[in-house]
Amino acid sequence: MGASIYRNKKPAFVFLIPAFAFMVVFLYYPFFKNIINSFMEIKQLGSSGTGLNTPWYANYVEMFHDEYVWVSLRNTLIMMVVTLVGQVGIAIILALMVDNISRGKQFFKTVFFFPIVISATALGLLFNLLFLYDKGMINQILEMLGKTELTDWKAEGIALFTMMLPVMWQYVGFYFVILITGLNNISDELYEAAEIDGATTWQKVRYISIPLLHNVICTCSVLAVTGALKVFDLPWTMFPKGMPLKSTFLTGTYMYYQTMETKNVDYGSALAVLIVVLGIVLSKVVNAIFKEKDY
Amino acid sequence: MAKKKISIGKTLVYLFLICWSVTTIYPIFWVIENSFKAKDKILANSFVLPFGDLFTLANYRKAFNNLNIFQAYKSSIFISTTVSLAVILLAGMAAYALSRYRFIGSGIINSLVVAAMMFPVFATIIPVFSMEYKWGIANTSSWFLTMLSVILPQVAGNLSFAIVVLMGYIKGLPIELEEAAYMEGCNAFQIYFKVILPLTKPSFATVAIFSFLWSYNDLFTQMFFMRTPDKYAITMLLNQLTSKEGTNYGLMAAAVTLVVVPVIIVYCFLQKYIIKGMTAGAVKG
Repeated sequence: MGASIYRNKKPAFVFLIPAFAFMVVFLYYPFFKNIINSFMEIKQLGSSGTGLNTPWYANYVEMFHDEYVWVSLRNTLIMMVVTLVGQVGIAIILALMVDNISRGKQFFKTVFFFPIVISATALGLLFNLLFLYDKGMINQILEMLGKTELTDWKAEGIALFTMMLPVMWQYVGFYFVILITGLNNISDELYEAAEIDGATTWQKVRYISIPLLHNVICTCSVLAVTGALKVFDLPWTMFPKGMPLKSTFLTGTYMYYQTMETKNVDYGSALAVLIVVLGIVLSKVVNAIFKEKDY
Repeated sequence: MAKKKISIGKTLVYLFLICWSVTTIYPIFWVIENSFKAKDKILANSFVLPFGDLFTLANYRKAFNNLNIFQAYKSSIFISTTVSLAVILLAGMAAYALSRYRFIGSGIINSLVVAAMMFPVFATIIPVFSMEYKWGIANTSSWFLTMLSVILPQVAGNLSFAIVVLMGYIKGLPIELEEAAYMEGCNAFQIYFKVILPLTKPSFATVAIFSFLWSYNDLFTQMFFMRTPDKYAITMLLNQLTSKEGTNYGLMAAAVTLVVVPVIIVYCFLQKYIIKGMTAGAVKG
């Protein structure tokens, strides 16, 4: 970079300032303001705080005693397991399969990725129709298979499953594409050498593909865990306000519920801080788990 | 014998892959197909294709008459186009400066960009709302200001990812071209617009498509800033549909179709860029 063109640094600032002004005003300032807000008393969205809470950490104490915080934390943790095992797991299987076939690779890539481009809100409506109690697609299929009783997919107990299945389904293709790109980066020579040594397809997968995919799987896992914290659109469309009986809240939907529905704005800010802390801690944990197992 | 064994395995693999493909395609096909049936016929004949007597456009007529669907399209396209243009404009310049200039604090700025990708929208939305409310752009009756209030936070949310993706690309460009332009007497701005921009086009396309789709599909920001039906964008309209017309399945199917089909068509043509854009955005963010 020693080129003399870039000795004069003045243009650099002209290039940088617009973008950074934006980020400071709309990301950094609000981010820290939000932490402060969580200690304030805010009566209404859009107004500034009327002063500190008494005691100033009141929202964080309330969190411990709020049973719905625990419900949403539990649901979010389940969601993480679902995204990890379901999304990344299925994606690994699909990617290894597609890597080993000769025809239709591009077709499967296009088709598997397809749900991701559709808005989660539209998919929420779509799955509402599929899971309809009276003659939704799923219940009709089950009926054809000989089931006599209709299943109420939105009843308590099964609602969590009904909510998580579409979320899981939507993003499988996403991890699939990341993994298949990782597989394409593995040199063919390794496979050829293994073939000469008489390795079966399974052995090639087990001793070449999976170990060399380790870092990509690690990236996917971090994304899946932090992604589970960001899920909002689809659950809110299918189960607004934590229906039924506030049992399907996730951390994100509960934060929105507290802010917009019960107008508890400072408590909503505190919940947002909780989401940030969870995100940082959990991505560190996932990183640590995967780093230890170095092949 | 060995050959036969392989072909059985292959068949099973293809079978499994095709099964998963069916789960991604069929539900959407089912909804599209049912949107052409009268709402009382859907439930009884949902797997029958809508030919002959079953076929009707009533749901679409209702969708266009009762829902502000064109207005919503207009809002959505205005927001998403502005967001993606603003993102590539601002991020392109910043990425160029960060990949070519070395100055005191450039390391810090780099890490600030990466750190900004970790901020979830939940953690910034409330202060952003009060800020915009104080400026007088949020919660007003003006269509343009409402759009602007959604656009601003969405631009900020996409900037850091865009900067990282574009930096990765600009760093790989040979510096000799810029040196040649410099020898010809170009200044830094001319170099950026005449040398860097044309060479970085594919990356700009990737970033623009990602930002556009992300913004088109995002519901959370819209829920904070769009309060009245005449200003709803597409996702907001769909979201409100559930609470208002929750039992009119024909109308819901038609609305889903109207929103999903344009995206499917665009996806068919641009899938290479879209897949690249969406995954690049997430690997880094």
